[in-house]
Amino acid sequence: MKVSKLRKNSPSATMLDPAILLPAIGQAFVKLDPRTLVKNPVMFVLEVVTALATVLTVRDAFTGGGDMLFELQIAIWLWFTILFANFAEAVAEGRGKAQADTLRQTRAQTTAKRLLMPGNNELYEGVAAERLEVGDLVLCEAGDTIPGDGEVIEGIASVNEAAVTGESAPVIRESGGDRSAVTGGTTVISDRIVVRITTAVGSSFLDRMIKLVEGAERQKTPNEIALNILLVGLTLIFVVVVDAIPSFATYAGGSISVVVLVALFVTLIPTTIGALLSAIGIAGMDRLVRFNVLAMSGRAVEAAGDIDTLLLDKTGTITFGNRLASEIIPVPGVSEAEAAEAALLASQADETAEGRSIVALAREKFGLSMDEAPSDATFIPFSATTRLSGIDAGGRRLRKGAVDSVLKFVRDESRADVAEPPAFRAAVDRIARAGGTPLGLAEAGRLLGVIHLKDVVKPDVKERFAALRRMGIKTVMITGDNPVTAASIASEAGVDDFIAQATPEDKLRYIRGEQANGRLIAMCGDGTNDAPALAQADVGVAMQSGTQAAREAGNMVDLDSDPTKLIEVVEIGKQLLMTRGALTTFSIANDVAKYFAIIPAIFVAFYPQLGALNIMGLSTPQSAILSAIVFNALIIIALIPLALKGVTYRPVGAVALLRRNLLIYGLGGIVLPFIGIKVIDLAVTALHLA
Amino acid sequence: MTLIGWTQIILFCAVVVALTPLLGAYLTRVFDGRIALLRPVETGLYRLAGVDPQREQHWLSYTVAMLLFHVAGFALLYGLLRLQSLLPFNPAEQGAVAPDLALNTVISFLTNTNWQNYGGESALSYLTQMLGLTVQNFLSAATGMVLAVALIRGFARASAKTIGNFWVDVTRCTLYVLLPISIVFTIFLVWQGMPQTLGPYVDAATVEGGKQTIALGPVASQVAIKMLGTNGGGFFNANAAHPFENPTALSNFVQMLSIFVLGAALTNVFGRMVGDQRQGWAILAAMGVLFIAGVAVCYWAEAHGTEAMRALGLAGGNMEGKETRFGIAASALFAVVTTAASCGAVNAMHDSFTALGGMIPLINMELGEIVIGGVGAGLYGMLLFVVITIFLAGLMVGRTPEYVGKKIEAREVKMAMLAILILPLVMLGFTAIAVVVPSAVASMGNAGPHGYSEVLYAFTSQAANNGSAFGGLSGNTPFYNLTGAIAMFLGRFWMIVPAMAIAGSLAAKRSVAATAGTFPTTGPLFVGLLVGTILIVGGLTFFPALAVGPIAEHLSMLQGVAY
Repeated sequence: MKVSKLRKNSPSATMLDPAILLPAIGQAFVKLDPRTLVKNPVMFVLEVVTALATVLTVRDAFTGGGDMLFELQIAIWLWFTILFANFAEAVAEGRGKAQADTLRQTRAQTTAKRLLMPGNNELYEGVAAERLEVGDLVLCEAGDTIPGDGEVIEGIASVNEAAVTGESAPVIRESGGDRSAVTGGTTVISDRIVVRITTAVGSSFLDRMIKLVEGAERQKTPNEIALNILLVGLTLIFVVVVDAIPSFATYAGGSISVVVLVALFVTLIPTTIGALLSAIGIAGMDRLVRFNVLAMSGRAVEAAGDIDTLLLDKTGTITFGNRLASEIIPVPGVSEAEAAEAALLASQADETAEGRSIVALAREKFGLSMDEAPSDATFIPFSATTRLSGIDAGGRRLRKGAVDSVLKFVRDESRADVAEPPAFRAAVDRIARAGGTPLGLAEAGRLLGVIHLKDVVKPDVKERFAALRRMGIKTVMITGDNPVTAASIASEAGVDDFIAQATPEDKLRYIRGEQANGRLIAMCGDGTNDAPALAQADVGVAMQSGTQAAREAGNMVDLDSDPTKLIEVVEIGKQLLMTRGALTTFSIANDVAKYFAIIPAIFVAFYPQLGALNIMGLSTPQSAILSAIVFNALIIIALIPLALKGVTYRPVGAVALLRRNLLIYGLGGIVLPFIGIKVIDLAVTALHLA
Repeated sequence: MTLIGWTQIILFCAVVVALTPLLGAYLTRVFDGRIALLRPVETGLYRLAGVDPQREQHWLSYTVAMLLFHVAGFALLYGLLRLQSLLPFNPAEQGAVAPDLALNTVISFLTNTNWQNYGGESALSYLTQMLGLTVQNFLSAATGMVLAVALIRGFARASAKTIGNFWVDVTRCTLYVLLPISIVFTIFLVWQGMPQTLGPYVDAATVEGGKQTIALGPVASQVAIKMLGTNGGGFFNANAAHPFENPTALSNFVQMLSIFVLGAALTNVFGRMVGDQRQGWAILAAMGVLFIAGVAVCYWAEAHGTEAMRALGLAGGNMEGKETRFGIAASALFAVVTTAASCGAVNAMHDSFTALGGMIPLINMELGEIVIGGVGAGLYGMLLFVVITIFLAGLMVGRTPEYVGKKIEAREVKMAMLAILILPLVMLGFTAIAVVVPSAVASMGNAGPHGYSEVLYAFTSQAANNGSAFGGLSGNTPFYNLTGAIAMFLGRFWMIVPAMAIAGSLAAKRSVAATAGTFPTTGPLFVGLLVGTILIVGGLTFFPALAVGPIAEHLSMLQGVAY
C-alpha cells in the first residue's frame, strides 16, 4: 500500500530550531496572564487551582502546617504544567510568525501612481500604497510593485508573483478574461497595465495571508468549540467528583489536604488535550501554508477532512493536459517508416507540445534522426482557418492537421476527387472512440496516414484514486471533452464518475445534487465562471493564477495554482481531525492509571485495605501523588512534536484507521501512564523527593 | 455457580433477544401511526382533549406538553395521597400520607422511579394504589417511551422542524402497547397465584394460635405494569420477594423478561427508524456486554460467598436475604436486571449481597441505567453516551463526528454533557451531604463503608430513577424524603430536556451520506468502543465513591473485618 506523503514546498522548521524555541519559552510566561488563558477553559481552571495550591503552600510555610516540601513540589509542577501548555501553543505560533515576517518584508513601502483622470495614462500622482482606496486606478509599469489587490482594466504585462507564490517564473496579466487579477506586492516585469484597486488596505490578500500564518485572526473552528465544550463538561464532572471526596473522608474519620485534592483534580481533568488543542489547530493551518495553500478559515480545513466527493479537472490533474502522439498509422501502400519520416519533417518546426511529441515519437520508435530542418524549408504555421500546419522543403509539401482539412488539402493539391481509403477512416474512427484526437498526415496530393494524439493519463493517478476510494471519497472528473472521450479517460484513470462537456452550470448542478444527497464536495477552479461553483462547494480551492472573482468565491487559495493539490488538502484536513481525536482519546485514557496512583494514596490513611489498589506498587502516598502530577506535566512536552507534526495519515478505510488509532492512542493511553508513573516514582524515591 | 443457574441466565438473554425484533417491528408501526385498530377511541380522546393529531410539535412544544402533563399528574396524585382517608376503596382505613412522604412518593411515581419510603399495605388505600400509582405507572412508562421515540425521530429525520406530537404518542403508546400487554400479563400473574381483589385484608389464625392479618388487594394488575413499565413500585413492602407479588419461579422469570422486553425492543425501533437495524443491534450488543459482565460478577460474588460465612459453617454461597424459592442465580440475575433497567423491583435484599455483588447494581445505576434501562429512558440515556463516544473517538477516522448520518456538533455535545453531568452531581453531591449530616447518618442501618454504601445506593437509585432500595437505610425521614424527591426530579427532567433539545437540533440537520470513510457504528469495534467509553467515563466518575464504599468493604472482608 502506498502511503501518500505530503510534500512540503518550504523546508519545515525543525522542532529544535532555537529561533523558534527561545522566544516560545518567553511567550510561555507571557501567556500565564489569566486574561489570555481564559480562552482555554481547561487551562484557566488549572491556573485557578494552581494559584490556590500555591497560596496554601505559602500559608503552610508560615504556619508550619502540612508537608511543606511535598506541597511545594506539587505547586511547582502544577505551574510547569501550565507553562508546558503555553509553550506548546507558542511553538506552534512561532513557526507561523517566522513565515509572516518573510511575507511582511515584501509589503515594504510602495508608492503608487494614481491616475488623476481615467483614460489618461500620462497624468498621475505619487501616493503611498496604504492611502489607496477601493476603486482607485493606478498605473503599473515595468519595475513597479503593484500597490494593492486589483483587476487589470487596460493593457497586458508580465508579472513576477514570487513574493506571494514563491514561483519566480513570470505570469501574464491582462485585462478581460480569466487572467485579470493582480496581487499587491507582486512586481511588473515588462509592459504597463492600469489596475483598478478592488480591496481596501489591510484586507488585501497579502495582509490576510500574514494574519493567517501568524494565527492573529485564528478563531476556534466549530469542531474545536464542540471539543472544548466536552472538555469543560468533563472538567465539571471532576469538580463534582473531587468536591465530594472530603465529605467521604470525614465520614471515614480522616481528612485530606486541599493541595492533594488539587493534585487529584488536575490529573483527572483533560489537561493533555486541553494543553495541546490550540497547538494542533495552528499546526494544521501551518501545514497547509507550508504546502502553499491558504485556507481562509479553520472551518474550511475541517470541512476538507469531511469531503466525500472530489471534483477534479481532467486537464493537469488527471492527464498531463497536452495531447501527445502515441502512434503513427500509415494508409495502405505507405510504409510505417515513410509515414514516420513525413510526420517528423512536418513537425520539425512545430513548437507546440503536440508537435514536439510527434518528433519524439518518430525518433524513439523509428530511430529517425533529423537535427535540423532543410535550409530551404518554409514553415507553415497552424492557423484557425486552414487548421493545418506543416513545411515546404526540398520541393515537398507536407501537412498535418484536422482530418477533414487534410483530406481537403489532398483533394485541392491533386485537383481530383481522391477517395478516402477505408482503412484510413477505420483508423480515424478507432482513435476517436478511444478518446484520442486523429491528426491527418499528407504530402501534396497523397494521403500518408493518421497520427494518434492521446490525452495521457498521469502515471500514478489510478493508485491515488483507488486510495481515495478506500477512504470513501468519490472522484469525479470534469472535462470539456465529448462523453465518448471522457468515458475512455475516466475508465483509464479509474475515476468514479465524470461530467463530459462540462459547463460551469453543470458543475454547479452536480455539486448541488451531491450536497442534496448529504455529501460534502471539494473542487478547484480559476475562472470567473467557476466562481458560483467554488462558492457552492464545501471546499473551494481557487488558483492563485485565477481571477479575483474565483479567489473571492473559494475558501482556499492555492498559491502554486496546482489543481492536483486538492487531494492533499483533503489529507491535511483529515490529519488535523485525527490528531485532535487521537490526543483526546489518549488524554482521557490516561486517567485510569492516575486514579490507581492517587485514590489509594489519599484514602489509605483511613482505609488501609485500599492499599490493595496500589497495583503499581508506588513507594509512598506522597511519591504516588507527585509522580502522577509529574507525569501529567511531562506528557504535554512529550506530545508537542506529535501535536505539531500530526498523526500519520494512511489512506485506508475508516474501520482500519479507527482500529489502528484506538490501539495506539486508546490502549496505549491506558497502558503508558502505568509505566510512566512507576518510572517517575522510582526516580522520586531514589532522589528522596517524597 | 451452577449449570442450572447459567442456563437460566442464558435462556433469559435468548428470549429477550428473540423478542426484540418482533416487538420492535410492532412498536415501530405503532409510533409511525400504522396501527389503527382503536382509531375511534383515539379520535374520541383527541377530540376530548382538543388535540389535532395531524399537527406535529417542535421539540420545545413537545417538551412543554410533557412537562404540563406531569404538573397535572402531580396535582392528582398528591391530592389522592393526602385525601385518601376521605375517599372510597379504603377497606383498611389508611390515614392521610404525611406531606414530605407524599411529596417523595408523588415525585417517585411521576419520574418512573417508584422509590418507596412507604409500605404499600400499611399506608395506602386501594384507590390510591389503583387510580394514583397504577395510573402513573402507565403514564411515566409511556412518557419514557415516547421521549425515546422523539429522540429517535431526531436521528431519523432530516431537515425537519418537528419530532412528533406528544399527546398522540402517549395515547398510542398506552392504548396499543402498555394496556394490551398488561392485560394479558395480569391474567398470567393471576393464574400463577397472584391476588387480584378489592376485598379487605384477611385475618388468619396461625398454627401457634396467634392472629395474622394477610394483606390483599388488586396486586396482579399493578405488578404487570410495574414490571413492564420498569416502574418497580411494589404493592407490598417486600416487593417481588413477597410470595403474593412473585408466587413462582415461572412468574419470577416472566417478570424479569417483562422488565427488559420493551427497553430492548426500543433499540430495534431505533434501528428501524434510522433505516438500518444493525444500528439498533449494535446498541443492544453494547448493553448486552455490560449486562452479561454484571450478571457474571454478581452471580460469582454471591455464589462464592464469603470466608466469614464459611467459618460459620455456611456452605453454598451467600443466601442471606434471598428467597429459597429463587436461589442465588435467579436472585443475582433479578438484581442485575432490575438495576440495569430502571425497574427497581427486588426479589432479594441487595443490602445482604456481598460487597462486590451489591456493587454491581450500584454501578448499573451510576452509569445511568443504560443497559436496557428504563423503558425509553435507557435508550435515550444510551444515545447520550453514544453522542459522547462518537465525539471522543469519531475524530480518529479523520472526519468530524457523525452518527447515523447526523453530524455531532457543539450543540449536541453541550446538551449531552449537561445531561450526563446531572448524575454525578446528584448522586455524589447528596451522598456527600448525607454522610456528614448527623441526622442522616443516624438513619443508616450499619456502620463504616457499608453504612456509606446504603446512603450512596439510596441517592444513586433515586437519581437514576431506579427505585430499588439497598435496604438497611430508614429512608422515611424529612431529610431523605426531601433530598430524595429533589434527586428523582433532577435525575429525570434534567436528563430529558437536554435529550429533547438534541432531538430537535438533530431533526433540523440535513442527513450526511455514509461512505467507506464514515466512522463505523455497527461492528464489534464500535460496540467495544462504546462499552469502553461508558466504563471509563462512568468509572472515572464513580471510582472514588466506590473505593470508599463497596471496594473498601470487600477488601476489609478479605481481611476478616465486617461492618
